[in-house]
Amino acid sequence: MIGESMYQELILEHYKHPQGRGLREPYDAEVHHVNPTCGDEITLRVRVGDAGKIEDVSYDGQGCSISQAAASVLHELATGSTVEETLSVVDEFTRLMQGRGQVEADEEVLGDAVAFAGVAKFPARVKCALLSWMAYKDAVVRSASR
Amino acid sequence: MTSTSLDVERIRKDFPVLSRELPGGRRLVYLDSGNSSQKPAPVVETVREHLAMHYGNVGRAMHVLGAESTEAYESARDKLAAFVGAPSRDEVIFTKNASEALNLVAHAFGPHLWGATEAADPRFALGPGDEIVISEMEHHSNIVPWQLLVQRTGATLKWFGVTDDGRLDLSELDRIVTDRTKIVSIAHQSNVLGTVNPVAAVLRRAREVGALVMLDASQSVPHHPVNVAELGVDFVAFTGHKMLGPSGIGVLWGRGELLEAMPPFLGGGEMIEAVWMDHSTYAPIPHKFEAGTPPIVEAVGLGAAVDYLQGVGMDAVEAHERELTAYALDALREVPGLRLIGPASLEQRGGTLSFTLEGIHPHDVGQILDDEFGIAVRVGHHCARPLHLRFGIPATTRASFYLYNTTGEVDALVRGLHHVQKVFA
Ligand SMILES: Cc1ncc(COP(=O)(O)O)c(C=O)c1O
Repeated sequence: MIGESMYQELILEHYKHPQGRGLREPYDAEVHHVNPTCGDEITLRVRVGDAGKIEDVSYDGQGCSISQAAASVLHELATGSTVEETLSVVDEFTRLMQGRGQVEADEEVLGDAVAFAGVAKFPARVKCALLSWMAYKDAVVRSASR
Repeated sequence: MTSTSLDVERIRKDFPVLSRELPGGRRLVYLDSGNSSQKPAPVVETVREHLAMHYGNVGRAMHVLGAESTEAYESARDKLAAFVGAPSRDEVIFTKNASEALNLVAHAFGPHLWGATEAADPRFALGPGDEIVISEMEHHSNIVPWQLLVQRTGATLKWFGVTDDGRLDLSELDRIVTDRTKIVSIAHQSNVLGTVNPVAAVLRRAREVGALVMLDASQSVPHHPVNVAELGVDFVAFTGHKMLGPSGIGVLWGRGELLEAMPPFLGGGEMIEAVWMDHSTYAPIPHKFEAGTPPIVEAVGLGAAVDYLQGVGMDAVEAHERELTAYALDALREVPGLRLIGPASLEQRGGTLSFTLEGIHPHDVGQILDDEFGIAVRVGHHCARPLHLRFGIPATTRASFYLYNTTGEVDALVRGLHHVQKVFA
């Protein structure tokens, strides 16, 4: 049924066993984002190392399975990559989410995040998936301006 | 099981959408009437007929269509007045929705710099040291207008708390409502808890101290017989789209003498008596508060909704919902990990049931109920964030009933919730 396409096994897995959850030191920037329509919120920190490498993305927050799983997948994808690489993943993820289900996902770029493709068909839930990713983008920008 | 007081299967046939098939072959189970209700065929038809055959602007057009439109619009006012027992039809002000009705009243208070032509009434004079009282269970529409008012005037906002079982906490009534209180504005029935508030007790205290009383009746007028004169309050706000009518139309009822003493809300056409370049005089109520071309068709549609509800009988509507609520309270009790937010008994409560499911976010609950079963509920804070903060939760899932719901739909909800729990187990 329709619902099954949104609640992919991988999303449920990440929701039940979130990766990298909890706020950690050291960090270069911390942001707090909320989704005012549903009250989901996230506090997110990034640690950027030498040569623009993301050493850690740590986060804490509350929300639905989609927003929590998206944060967990983000942690996995971003940690160990360069800022530049991760920002292109964020862009691709944003494009997918805002594509109303009409956009073909680039699995090469997105990796596990491709599991969220089904969410794009539910306008009300797109913000849930994007919450942590937008927070991450914001945090990276702030860390660079320090 | 069908209701003894109301033939729900016959009523369902009047609502075209209820026999609609959703994508994927799902049947619609609509449990979101507290958010907005569905519309019966007579309302749809009345709106269509008015738009197609009788449409013209009201109040000012000197031709047949203008006359017919005005007649339809004004007779909708008569119907609304009769429906809520207003002593005079002129006390029924059409607004855009309940929110606008609440804002209209809040706007009347202030330092009274507005009109050179009308004497400022001390009951609406508001400044530092004066107090407004609301409650923690209010919809944002009955919170924010008062916040804006105290920000403008330097007055103080106070509120009643809510007890653990979802009742208005009146234990400190005399401390909260004092002789500084200018108005008490509370929900008649909570849109989250379902609680019906004890108006008489609040009113008694308000009268002792000379304060006005306003009821946000958005969730009561659609579901119970409401008589504003018997309630004895000063203002009552409600909204058309929750009572089988179109969106874009709401009602403020107020005691005529108060409405006359209040300043206009919005300025524009139709609300004036005469206009000079430097000042104006205003039309008598109700038109003083209806600036510009009103929601004509919406008002006519709301009139048809009231006809429909009266045809069924508000006593029957109330009894049917009471039966459903009793059934649902029992049924939900069987769902493990379900926490009801609101009164667990039928006493002084309506057919709105909000709850949390342990470990599962309401958005996920709502999504799966919709996707898998076509069950429409509302999830989130339902525009009552302070109430959710009070209970230490970010959101709830809310099922709300109306005259067209059945116990079979309650069963579907319970089955759906069991399935949700399986997905996230
Ligand atoms: C108790 C209560 N008050 C006010 C409102 C606001 O109604 P409207 O959005 O039509 O102005 C609602 C509905 O959302 C409500 O449930």
